[in-house]
Amino acid sequence: MATAAAHQTYGAEEAGAGTAAYERAFDAAVAADERIEPRDWMPDAYRATLVRQMAQHAHSEIIGMQPEANWITRAPSLRRKAILMAKVQDEAGHGLYLYSAAETLGTSREELLDKLHAGRQKYSSIFNYPTLTWADVGAIGWLVDGAAITNQVPLCRCSYGPYARAMVRICKEESFHQRQGYELLLALSRGTPEQHAMAQDAVDRWWWPSLMMFGPPDDESAHSAQSMTWKIKRHSNDELRQRFVDICVPQAESLGLALPDPDLKWNEERQHYDFGPIDWSEFKEVLKGNGPCNEQRLTQRRRAHEEGAWVREAAAAYAAKHNDTTGAMQA
Amino acid sequence: MTAAPATPVPTTAALALGDDALVLSHRLGEWAGHAPVLEEEVALANIALDLLGQARVLLSMVGDEDELAYLREERSFRNLQLVEQPNGDFAHTIARQLYFSTYQHLLYTELAAGDGQFAGLAAKAVKEVAYHRDHAEQWTLRLGDGTDASRERMQRATAALWRFTGEMFQPVEGLDVDLSALEAAWLEAVGGVLRRATLTVPEGPRSGAWTAGAGRQGVHTESFGRMLAEMQHLHRSHPGASW
Repeated sequence: MATAAAHQTYGAEEAGAGTAAYERAFDAAVAADERIEPRDWMPDAYRATLVRQMAQHAHSEIIGMQPEANWITRAPSLRRKAILMAKVQDEAGHGLYLYSAAETLGTSREELLDKLHAGRQKYSSIFNYPTLTWADVGAIGWLVDGAAITNQVPLCRCSYGPYARAMVRICKEESFHQRQGYELLLALSRGTPEQHAMAQDAVDRWWWPSLMMFGPPDDESAHSAQSMTWKIKRHSNDELRQRFVDICVPQAESLGLALPDPDLKWNEERQHYDFGPIDWSEFKEVLKGNGPCNEQRLTQRRRAHEEGAWVREAAAAYAAKHNDTTGAMQA
Repeated sequence: MTAAPATPVPTTAALALGDDALVLSHRLGEWAGHAPVLEEEVALANIALDLLGQARVLLSMVGDEDELAYLREERSFRNLQLVEQPNGDFAHTIARQLYFSTYQHLLYTELAAGDGQFAGLAAKAVKEVAYHRDHAEQWTLRLGDGTDASRERMQRATAALWRFTGEMFQPVEGLDVDLSALEAAWLEAVGGVLRRATLTVPEGPRSGAWTAGAGRQGVHTESFGRMLAEMQHLHRSHPGASW
């Protein structure tokens, strides 16, 4: 829903000629906080950045199903099992929204999945950590979804319309998941000593990887400056990370769980919590593919895709045979 | 889900229906992260959730849902052997869904029309089950009438699970429906879908003497114990804890 007269559809016959004018119109639209829509002209690099970021975001939803699905069959109560199943289902739905949004930029879901499977596009490094106990499901909800929301709420105002609108829907569900994760940990924290210990152990293992979800420090972040100018990104990595820490500390206190950082303390002058150094060497190893579950996650994703090939082929063959029977595909 | 019943709940029947939903929901939950397309991640989880919701209502009619789900042993479960069958490939999962959701849809339609203890539950669940049945039928058509490879897999799956289908029509104490009418309707419906899917309706026995009513009497197939071990392990490891 481009509103500005400044938006100009890029006509094929005009390729090359007058690009400067298009660029000025694009820059003006972005500066005026207008939404860029699929048929608007946009710089190639803007398009490429968005495809990369939205694909990575979609892939993260899909790979992110695995660590949690790992506990569906072992959830300790039927209520928790229902909550977890609904959450994993939501994640598949988020993946679908995001692939659709990415497709408005001229790519396809198949192409993006192929790149994921070939290791040519990334997903969030956090999902390369294992879920070792039930409490990890709570820690993921509270910390990982919490970090994701902190990152994603500003994306609801992102300059690219389809992405921004997908994020509005996704953020609503994510905050619900985050509260459920918190509530799960609270039940454990107030439960038996064994349950409390389980919750503390999970928070100990997930805290630092969650802080890494905001990406490298500002002075090492390759895409940040350009993304900020384009209003794809609204805040720096370090800003968002600080915001997340400030939110989590009081929540940890009301949970009755400690955050595993001896340097964590309120700084009256800054009006923020100071926190200890992040082990960026671990982050880099995980990004390089050497985290605890990188191999496993990608292998399972590839296998689901390969083992499902005959099903997709059957659906396509059926559709081709019955393309005159309207409604047949509306299963 | 409804007000306290005025007459005692038919425990055997509530457990039978509740265990069916619980166990099939668990099996479908195993698909999470493994489905052939993203749309099926959503659909299978959606069906699993509906079934889990039904199971919770039914088990709560009998007692504490978690005690019943997590602390009974294999021999006390009353579900059909059909629903405990391993997922196998997608065709096996779809054949199991076709057989069960057709039965469940016919059964719940009957129950919803009556005024028994299950009428309220069935009235709500029948809407969900109609969707499950449609989903299974549509996939049966696509796999049966898709490629040669998919037809072969679908044919094999329908045949492999056929022998577990007679049990659905064994009498269950407290389940007040005309089972032979239900069976005739089921055979006609399932036969129709299989034929439309260009598949052969299996001809083998549907209730060999040793399987007839076995699940309903707590006699299960081997994989079921392993499924329960996984499902119950955490809950049993923390006696008395709440979650």
